[in-house]
This record gives sequence, structure tokens and C-alpha cells, in this order.
Amino acid sequence: MDRSLIEKIKSDQDFQKLVSERNRVMIVLTVAELIVYFGFILLVAFNKEFLASKLGDGVITIGIPIGIGVIVVSFILTGIYVYIANRDYDELSEKIKKKYIKEV
Amino acid sequence: MTKIGMLFWFAAVLLVGLAFASSAEGQKETVNPIAITMFIIFVVATLGITYWAAKRTRTAKDFYTAGGGITGFQNGLAIAGDYMSAASFLGIAGLVYTSGYDGLLYSIGFLVGWPIVMFLLSEPLRNLGKYTFADVTSFRLEQTRIRTLAALGSLTVVTFYLIAQMVGAGKLIQLLFGLPYATAVIVVGALMITYVAFGGMLATTWIQIIKAILLLGGATFMALMVLIHFGFDFGSLFQTAVNNHAKGEAIMAPGGLVSDPINAISLGLALMFGTAGLPHILMRFFTVPNAKEARKSVFFATGFIGYFYILTFIIGFGAIALFVNHPEFFQNAKQIIVDNMPKIVDATDQTKNLIGDKKALVGGENMAAIHLSNAVGGPAFMGFISAVAFATILAVVSGLTLAGASTLSHDLYANVIAKTKDEQKEMKVSKIATFVIGIMAILLGIVFEKQNVAFMVGLAFAIAASVNFPILLLSIYWKGLTTKGAFWGGIAGLITAVVLIIISPAVWVDVFKNPEPIIKLKNPAIISMTVTFVLTFLISKLDNSERAKEDREGFEPQYLRSQTGIGAEGAVQH
Repeated sequence: MDRSLIEKIKSDQDFQKLVSERNRVMIVLTVAELIVYFGFILLVAFNKEFLASKLGDGVITIGIPIGIGVIVVSFILTGIYVYIANRDYDELSEKIKKKYIKEV
Repeated sequence: MTKIGMLFWFAAVLLVGLAFASSAEGQKETVNPIAITMFIIFVVATLGITYWAAKRTRTAKDFYTAGGGITGFQNGLAIAGDYMSAASFLGIAGLVYTSGYDGLLYSIGFLVGWPIVMFLLSEPLRNLGKYTFADVTSFRLEQTRIRTLAALGSLTVVTFYLIAQMVGAGKLIQLLFGLPYATAVIVVGALMITYVAFGGMLATTWIQIIKAILLLGGATFMALMVLIHFGFDFGSLFQTAVNNHAKGEAIMAPGGLVSDPINAISLGLALMFGTAGLPHILMRFFTVPNAKEARKSVFFATGFIGYFYILTFIIGFGAIALFVNHPEFFQNAKQIIVDNMPKIVDATDQTKNLIGDKKALVGGENMAAIHLSNAVGGPAFMGFISAVAFATILAVVSGLTLAGASTLSHDLYANVIAKTKDEQKEMKVSKIATFVIGIMAILLGIVFEKQNVAFMVGLAFAIAASVNFPILLLSIYWKGLTTKGAFWGGIAGLITAVVLIIISPAVWVDVFKNPEPIIKLKNPAIISMTVTFVLTFLISKLDNSERAKEDREGFEPQYLRSQTGIGAEGAVQH
């Protein structure tokens, strides 16, 4: 790719939209996952009693749904990413490709 | 190799397998004929797939990436098949069986790396890479140094992971099929060499897909049978488990496994970011045609792996709850029955004290899932699960061997040593490398038989998190990264991780038998990752070399391609 083409794509509105949206989604979801997991780890390290507290009359503790919840939330976050990416990224990158690359 | 040579090799491997099966059959009365039959069917089927794949593996691209034509769903299953090792199936079920909730902590740690892979790496990897993740890290940096670093990181990760798998495989097959340890390791090694050397990524992918389906199906059946037994009432399952387990209610909450915050965070970092730095996993992203299929792969993989870990949790608790009626699963079962005769005590009362005990179970805690398959499905189903455990080992070691061979041939041979663009030559080297790694794995597996290898998977994750992941992340997103910074930062992280593991309790006390560890930190990631990131940043910032200028200038074209996929490697049509 030559210099002028790079500059053209860089200043393209669609490219800027793609990059800013992608970066925003990436940062928000990554931070969400880090908070969920390390929040859980810190709970395990500092407040085992909370995780050991009973849910209702039986032996099931609050730690069980929270632990399983970390797995489920992680999966849901990947689902959100795929949903947004499928909706926006492919279309935008195709548009950019068509504009600047002849053979695509 | 010629077609005749290949057929000859196949026949030899098949004979070894059959000899193994028949010797196992003759040796012990406990050996399950269904396990042997299932095993033979699996071996014949996978050799068939390998033969089919070998005919379609002509170019280097075929060999490394299965031609790039795998769909997102298929790749998601294959990633799950590559990642769910026998250690995570039998090991985590066993950990839940002995410690309850603590087993879940490991499952969660092994899962949470996947969203990180998805958000930060999956699409740039697909858009920038060709065969190995070093294609991405060396995209704009100097080939020689960066590929050497990536090869060091990959080969140490692959070696430690492979040794742990081979030793586990040898012991498991010894138990399941009553076969000598060394023979078991040789059979596993011979099969994985065959799959990878002849069938390349295409055969490896399909073996991983089949294994994932078998493992998910078998585990689903086991968990379902446990739940049916308790009428889908989780309250009653957990209540029974608490009543039966020697530790009582302690199994329902985190216990001693994660003691202090520093150790907890360090292990968490290693598991989360280690997943994002495993070479055999990263390589799977080059088998799909584009970024869209890459992200779909991670979505399906995360779903399958998460579902599987929830199943292992139910399986572990099922074992605690149901083993009480099976004194025959315990080492001193005969003793219990004899002891009970005069006293007329209910046998289940005696079994109870043994539940959750690591040593009491026949074959040790890792056999909890295997015994449970017997309890819920009888010997036939146990035979099936044993064969699935075997298939699981084969799929994981094949993925590792392929990643190791690719590093040797693509990163070291083609781009550092010979600097050649001749892909036919490169492919020849990759086949030789497969044999070398396979034979090395067999030898190391035999050498380490009596060693404690428990630390090796932890070390593999720590190195992946401290070398491969930081350099990959910074090379994709940070313009300021230079060759010098990446190289020395990565080397420093590698050395830190290895040294800290050696002086940690897992090696200094458990392997070298010293009374006290030099440091109490069990997993080095919190220190070694910091070392890599900080040094890489500082050295890159201070780097004024000509190369550094080139490195920084290369960022923009790379960034355009990583964002849009313009110029990315496509799929080939067959």
C-alpha cells in the first residue's frame, strides 16, 4: 500500500467510524470482563464468608450462582460482541475495500 | 513421502494399536472390552480421516491452516476440542470431587480468557496472520529477532504442555487399559505423529471436532443421568453431596485452594491471559476464511467450553452424591465389607468417610468421572467414556505437535535460518519437525514418568501470558513498539517466569524436595507479566535505532489491514 492511499483511507469517514466504534466496543467489553472476573477473584480472596452464605433453606450458597454466572456472563459478552460486529463491522470494511481496492 | 510409504506407515501404526488392544485385553480381567472396541473404531476412523486429509494436503497453506476453508462453527468445535484436555475433564471433575467449589474456580479461570481472545485478538489475528501468531508479531518488526522470540515462547509452552499431557496420558491409559506406561506413551506418540505429519491441520481439525462432539455428548449424558437421579432438583443433589462428603458444607464455598489475594490474582492473570497466548489455540484462527468466521469461532468455542465446565461441576458433585452406594470404587473396599460383617453396620456409612478423599478412590481422584460413568451407565458406558478420554488426549497432543512443528518450520526454518520462500521445502521441514517433536514428546514422557508434572501446565500458561500475549497485544495496538523492546521485554518475561516457578513451592519443594520454597508465590504471572510490559515499554521508548524508526512507520499500514482486512490472506478453493 502506498503512502497516499494510506492517508486517503485514514481520513475516510467510514474508516474512522469503523475504528472508533470497534475501539469503543473493544474497551467497554474487555473492561466489563475484567471487572466480572477479577471482581469474583477478589471476592474469593477477601470475602469467602459472603460466597458461603446460604441461599434459602438448603445447602446451596450464593457462591454457586455467582460462579456459574461468571461463565454465563462471559459467554453473553462474546455474544454481544458478535452481534455488534456482524451488524456493523463487515459492512463498513466491505465499503472501505470497495472504495479503495479495485480487485475486491 | 510416497503413497506406498505412507500406507506402510499407517499399517504399522494400526498394528501397534491392535497389538496394544489385544495385549491389554489379555492382561487384566478388569479391562473393558467396550473400551477396547471403541478405541479401535476411533483409531481406524481417525486413520481414515488422516488418509483422506493427506490427499488434500498439498501446499504449506493446506498443512498449516487446512486451506483456510474451515467454517466458524467447525472451528469453534475444533477450538473446544483443542482446549478441553483430559486434564480439564478428569482433573477438574476430580478437583470438584475432592474440594467441591474450588474446582469451579479453575473452570472459571480456564474460561474467562476466551472473551479476551475475542475482543482483543481474534479479528486482527485473522487479518494480519498467515500460519502462526509470529506472522502477526513480526508483521512490521524485524523477522529474525521477533520470530526467534516467538519460537522460544511457543516451544517452551508446547514442550511443558506436551510433557504434562504425555505423562497424564501414559498414566490414564495404564489405568484404563491395563497397559505398561511406556507402551501407552509410544502408542499416543505414534498416532499423533501420523495425524499431524500426513494429515496436517485438516486431519487435526476433524479429529478435534469428533473428539469435541464425543466429549460433549458423553459429559452431557453423565450430567443428565445425575440430574435424573435427583429429579432435576439441584437442592437435593447438593444436599446429598454435603451429607456424604467428609468435608461437609465446606464443599459449597471457596476453601483453601485460593488462600491469599496475591496468589489468587496471579493465578487469575495466568489463566486469563495465558489462554490468549497459547500457540496451538492462536494457530486455529488461520483456518477460517475471514474475520467474521474468526469471531464466530470464538463465540461457539466459548459456549461449548463454558457448557462443558458447567457439566464437569455437576459430574463432580454427582460423584460425591452417588459413590456412597459403590464401595467397590474405593481402594479398601474389600476391607470395608469384611469389617462390616460382624458389626452389621451399613456399608454406606463406611464408604462415606472415604468420599472426597484423594487416595481412597481406585486410581486416584482423577478417576472420579470414570467411576461415575460406571455408576450411571454401567460398564458399557464406562468403556465409551474411557475411549473418549483417550480420544481427548490424542486431539490435544496433535494440536500441540502441529503448533510446535509449525514454529520450527515456518518461524525458525523458513524465516530465520534458511530465509526461504520455497513453501514445498518448508512443508518438508514441517513434516520432519513433526517426527522430531513427536519422538521428543515420547522420550520426555517416559523420562518424566515418576516426576511430579503438576506445575507444568501452570508454567505453560504463565509463559504464554508473560511472553506471547504481551508482545502480540502490543504489536497489534501500540505504535511505539520496537523490535528491540519486544525482544528484550519478552526474553526478560520468559526468564522471570521460569526462575520464579523453579523457586516456587511447586518445584522447589515438590520436585527438588527442599523444606521451604524461596518465594511463596505459586504462579509467577503477576510479576513476570509486569516485567514484560514495563521493560518492553521502556526499551521501546528509549530505542533510537534505525530499525525502531522502521518499526514505528510500519504501524499504520498494519493497522489499516488489521482493522479492515484489506490484503488479508484468503481461503483457497479445492
